[in-house]
Amino acid sequence: MTAVSDFRALEAANRRETAVLVVAMIAILAALGFGLDVWAGSIRITDGSLSGFPLLTVFALIFGSVQALISFYGGARLVLLSVHARPLTPDTIQHQRVLDAVNEMAVAARMPPPRAYLMDDPAPNAFATGRDPAHSVICVTQGLVDTMDREELQGVIGHEMSHIRDYDIRTMMMVAVMVGGIAMLSDFCFRMMFYSGGSGRRSSNDKNNGGGAIILVYIATLILAAVAPIIAQLVAMAISRQREYLADASSIEFTRNPHALLRALEQIAKSESPLKAATSGTGHLFIVNPREGAREDRERFFDNLLSTHPPLTKRIARLRAMLGAPGQATAVPQS
Amino acid sequence: MGYILLLIVAAIVVWAIAAYNSLVRLRNEIDGSWRQIDVQLKRRHDLIPNLIEAVKGYLQYERDTLNQVVEARAKALNASDQGARIAAENQLSSGIGRLLAIMENYPQLKADENVLRLQEELTTTENQIAFARQAYNDVVLSLNTRIQTFPSNLIAGNFGFHSAEYFKAAAEDQAVPKVDLAVGARAQQ
Repeated sequence: MTAVSDFRALEAANRRETAVLVVAMIAILAALGFGLDVWAGSIRITDGSLSGFPLLTVFALIFGSVQALISFYGGARLVLLSVHARPLTPDTIQHQRVLDAVNEMAVAARMPPPRAYLMDDPAPNAFATGRDPAHSVICVTQGLVDTMDREELQGVIGHEMSHIRDYDIRTMMMVAVMVGGIAMLSDFCFRMMFYSGGSGRRSSNDKNNGGGAIILVYIATLILAAVAPIIAQLVAMAISRQREYLADASSIEFTRNPHALLRALEQIAKSESPLKAATSGTGHLFIVNPREGAREDRERFFDNLLSTHPPLTKRIARLRAMLGAPGQATAVPQS
Repeated sequence: MGYILLLIVAAIVVWAIAAYNSLVRLRNEIDGSWRQIDVQLKRRHDLIPNLIEAVKGYLQYERDTLNQVVEARAKALNASDQGARIAAENQLSSGIGRLLAIMENYPQLKADENVLRLQEELTTTENQIAFARQAYNDVVLSLNTRIQTFPSNLIAGNFGFHSAEYFKAAAEDQAVPKVDLAVGARAQQ
């Protein structure tokens, strides 16, 4: 991970890495589904060619998709309800300033401005949700309104805006579908092992092809079924971390000012009170996951692997690296 | 052999259509971004009279600055061509920057809620103008890159897509000492 000074290069790198991870996820799903369908007999290998229909894989995907679609369309409202958010109104000049930051970032991002909501919580934090830019929502905490100045607000809101623009919510939803699908297929595998013992199915396939290839597929499927769920979870978390880095870089694209987000993240790192309203279902949406806190980089290896966000120290370091580079565009002349 | 050739031709046609459409989309985005700048500039024109009215009483010794703003606004509204208009708008930006900085020296102004709100509105309008220009230049960069790089330059050349002009600051803008403005403006949170 070299120190990259150009936000465009950072964005391109992040998008590439996301694509690689998503492809890996699809490959795991396909492999597990294929193995399971062979085992169950819905796909048959006859004389080296395939026939049949990947019934189990499709079923798992449909089930997962229905779950995802429900949260996709109802999602924003549910999340706002769960954190007791209310529409952000310009009660004070500071509230107006937050609304203005949303409008300013929307102009910079060439997007319609999302609806703004407010959470009563002293910890400075913010999240964005919504299926596409036209139906999106940004929610800030009272703590953010109270502690951040104009520049820092632009940085935080720019970060959230970029999640909306890059359809991150949608991406993470597809990833969740695949993780769910993999978990379901793995479950099928162990149930079949348990109930049918496998031997009944195996013999019908053996008649069609040499037993050797089939046995290998069975063993591979078994191993995959055991490890795929945890690998899928790790890949999903890695994708989430990539998107967070991307959102940081895109925030710079909008503000042209690494100081903005840098100072905001440093403030969040210093803030004492953890955000109380976030649940296990919403933690990943915030700019700093309140359930993970401002994790140090040196913490245990597995803590890092299972986090939705990169360590705050790493994010701050990347932003500092951008500042250190010569030729970085100066901030857009503003009032 | 015939099938492969057909496939290649089909792929090229599909690509050509996609390239043409993306060029059209970029060109339209440029129009949209330009209009966005216009919208923000008009908002600013509408806000200025209110602000001048609200602060006139406090800033009796800053007549020059106030007049500069009023004059620049009038020039921008009555500008005959694009060049004159851009120059007037830049002048107006400088004038407003000076005015906002000067208002820092008058603590009485901070007690007036109305003035503070107008100040915030004007500040965010200035920012939105700056971001709209940035957004416009970003789209121009995308379009120009698409028009100039291979292979989309083939489509661009054949269908009459031209490079667009960047939005540049006027020469007189550079004469204004930006450092002072920035310090004054940042302090007025």
